[in-house]
Amino acid sequence: MSDAKTLITETVKAHDVVLYMKGTKSMPQCGFSSRVAGVLNYMGVDYTDVNVLSDADLRQGIKDYSDWPTIPQLYVKGEFVGGCDIITEMTLSGELDTLFEESGVTYDKEAADKIRAANG
Amino acid sequence: MTIQASDIEAMIRDSFPNAKIDVQGDDGQHFSAMVEDDSFRGMNRVQQQRAVYAALKGKMDGPAGELHALALTTRAP
Repeated sequence: MSDAKTLITETVKAHDVVLYMKGTKSMPQCGFSSRVAGVLNYMGVDYTDVNVLSDADLRQGIKDYSDWPTIPQLYVKGEFVGGCDIITEMTLSGELDTLFEESGVTYDKEAADKIRAANG
Repeated sequence: MTIQASDIEAMIRDSFPNAKIDVQGDDGQHFSAMVEDDSFRGMNRVQQQRAVYAALKGKMDGPAGELHALALTTRAP
C-alpha cells in the first residue's frame, strides 16, 4: 500500500466527515470544491478538509483510492459518497440529510431546508 | 487540446449504445452530460457515474486531461 493510500485510509477512518478539495474550506480554489464546502459550511457540518493542492501524491492518491477522476470527494464514516454533482443532487433531494442522520452526523436541518427552498 | 461535445457523446455511446445521452457545452473544456441507460438499474449514483467516467477513457485525468469539467447526471429510465 502506498503512503498516500495509508494516509487517506487513516484520515477517512479518523473523522466522520472528510472533504478532499482544492484549497481549504475557508479558501476554496475551484468552483466545484467551493460549492461542496459551501453546502457543508452552511449546514453547519463539522468536517475535516484536506487540500489536495498541497500534495501531488495525495491529489493522485485520492483518485486511485476511490476510483473517481475528479475532486472534490466527500467521505462520510469512511465511505466515499460522491463528487460535486452527486452532493448537489443529494442536498436538494434530502438524501444528504438522511445520510447524516443515519451516520450520526450533526447538521442544521433548517439550513438544509433553506437551501432547498432557494433552489427548488 | 480541445474536445467537442460530439466527441464526448461518441465515447459514451461506445459503452452505452442504447442510452439517452445529452451533452451540452461548447467552450472545449466545460461540459454537462445527462446519461440515461437501462444498465444503471440497481446501481447507486457513484456506480453509475463511475461507469460513465470509465467510458471517457482517462480524458478527465490529471492536469493533462482534456476535460476540465463535466457536470454529470445519470439515471435509469
